[in-house]
Amino acid sequence: MELNELTCHELHEKLVKKEISPLDIVKAVEKQISASEKDIHAYITVFDDMEQQAALLDVRRSTSDDPLYGIPIAIKDNMCMKGRKTTAGSKILHNFIPPYNAFVIEKLKNAGAIFTGKANMDEFAFGSSTESSHFGPTKNPRKKGYVPGGSSGGSAAAVASCEAIVSLGSDTGGSIRQPASLCGVVGMKPTYGRVSRYGLIAFGSSLDQIGPFSRDVTDCAILLNAISGYDPKDSTSVDKPVPDHKKALSGSVKGMKLGIPKEYFIEGIDVEVRQAVEKAIKALEKLGARRVDISLPHTEYAVATYYIVATAEASSNLERYDGVKYGHRKEGENLIDMYKKTRADGFGKEAKRRIMLGTYVLSAGYYDAYYLKANKVRTLIRQDFEKAFGKADVILTPTSPTPAFRIGEKTSDPLQMYLSDIFTISANLAGIPGISVPCGTTKDGLPVGLQILGKYFAEEDILRAAFAYEQNK
Amino acid sequence: MKIDRKAVEYIANLARLALTEDEKEEFTAQLDKILAYIDKLSELDTKGVEPTTHAVRLKNVFRQDKAGPSLSGEEALSNAPAKDRGHFKVPRIIE
Repeated sequence: MELNELTCHELHEKLVKKEISPLDIVKAVEKQISASEKDIHAYITVFDDMEQQAALLDVRRSTSDDPLYGIPIAIKDNMCMKGRKTTAGSKILHNFIPPYNAFVIEKLKNAGAIFTGKANMDEFAFGSSTESSHFGPTKNPRKKGYVPGGSSGGSAAAVASCEAIVSLGSDTGGSIRQPASLCGVVGMKPTYGRVSRYGLIAFGSSLDQIGPFSRDVTDCAILLNAISGYDPKDSTSVDKPVPDHKKALSGSVKGMKLGIPKEYFIEGIDVEVRQAVEKAIKALEKLGARRVDISLPHTEYAVATYYIVATAEASSNLERYDGVKYGHRKEGENLIDMYKKTRADGFGKEAKRRIMLGTYVLSAGYYDAYYLKANKVRTLIRQDFEKAFGKADVILTPTSPTPAFRIGEKTSDPLQMYLSDIFTISANLAGIPGISVPCGTTKDGLPVGLQILGKYFAEEDILRAAFAYEQNK
Repeated sequence: MKIDRKAVEYIANLARLALTEDEKEEFTAQLDKILAYIDKLSELDTKGVEPTTHAVRLKNVFRQDKAGPSLSGEEALSNAPAKDRGHFKVPRIIE
C-alpha cells in the first residue's frame, strides 16, 4: 500500500516510529496527483510548495503528539488562505488572493498539517454535483462519467482518490455529507457554531458550517478535534469546551436508541440505497442498539424552506461582489452599469438564479410571505427534531435518495437538482450535527452513504455509532 | 404567485444583474416553477410560531470595544481592480 492510501492515524504511527518523514508522504501524494488529477479534477489549485512545507516542518519540530503533523490536507476553495488564490469556484473571484487566513487554516497550520491545494466546488457552493464550478466539473473517482456530488465535490474526490489524506469542506444544505456519500468516504457537518466560519466565503450564514472529509471515522474525529473551538471573530461560534472526540470511538452502541424516521423511507428513494441503509441499521441492532420508530412530520417542507432561507441569505452575501473591492471587474458607462456588467460577467448561471430567487423573496411586499414564513416553518422543523431526540439518541437515514448520477443528468432542471438534498437539508435548518459513512455499493459499483444525525453538540454520539458500524459492517 | 418577464427584469435591476434576453426567458420559466414548488409552505398554519433566525440560540454577543490587529490599508487594497492614492477607485459618480 502506498503512503497516500493510508489514514492519518496510520501515518501518524509511522511518523512517531520514524519509519517515514512528512516528505515521504508528500511525495506519495504528489505522485498520485500527477497520475489521476487530469481525470478527476479534484483541485482548482494544486500547491507546488508541498515539499517545502514538509521541509519546514522538519526544521520546526520533530514528530510530536500532534496527530495532524505532516498530514497532507486539501481545502475547499471557499476558505481563505493568506497569499493563496481563493476563488469559491467563481469567475468573479478568479484572481482573489486573501490577505488573511481563515480560523480553520490557522488551526491546521499550528497543528503541522501540510496543505495540498484548493479543492474544486460548485460556484459559491451552489449545487449538488460540482458541475457549476467556473473551472470545470470534478469527476467521481469511483465510477467514470458520474458526478462526485457537491458542492464540496473536489474535497470528497481528493480524499476518495487518495490525492489527499483528509480534507475540509463546507455544508450549507448537505454539501459535505452528500458528496461523501456519493464518493464513498466519511464526511461530517458539525453542530452550527462548533467550528468558526471566520474566513469562510459566506453562502447562507445561518446554515454554513465547515467540516471534515476522511477515509475512516477515526480520522474524522481527529480532524474535528483540530478545527473545533470558540473564535471571538465569529460571533455565532459557541463558547463550549471541545471534548476529545476520539474517546467516543469505543465500538460500543449497547442500549443506544436509533431513531428511524418514517418520512425518510418513502417512495422515490432508490431501492438499492434503501436496502443498504436497512442493512446498516440491522448491523447496529445486532451490536446492541435499539430501533425506535420516530416521525419528523415537517420533512416534506424542508426543501422549500431551505431554498427560501438559503437563497435570501446568499443574495445578501453576494451583494459584496461589485467589482470595487476585489475580484473581477467589467467596466461600464457609470457606477451602476459597472456593477451590473461585472456581476453579469462574473457570476455563473446557478449563482444568478439563486441571487434572483433570493432577491425576489426578500423584495418589498414578499418578505412576510416567503422569508418570514420560511423561518417559522424552520422552527417547526427544529421542534420535530427536539421531539424526536426525546425518544432517540441518534437518527439514521440515507444520506442521499439516490447514488451518484451521471454528469449532465440534472443540470437543465434546477428543481430536480435541489431535490437531491432532500435528506440532508433539515440538519442545516435545525443546526444539528450529521455524518455520512459508507454503507455499501450498488450493483453498478456506486457507493451508498448512511446518515447519522445527533443532538446539538453531540458529535460524540454520531461518531460512536459511525465507528461501531464501520468496525462491524 | 405567478412570475412574468417584467418581474424578472425588476428583480434583476434590484440585484444589479444585467441579464441577456435568453436568460430573462429561461429565468422566468424556472423561477416560476421553483416558486410554485415553494408555495407548498402556504399549506402550513404558522400562526403564533416564532421564526428561527439562528439555529443555535445565543444571547447578545458582546466584546470589549478595543482595537485588535487588523489589515493595513495596503493589504485591504491589495485585491482592488482599481485604486488611487489609498482609495478604491470607481467610475465618476458626481458630475
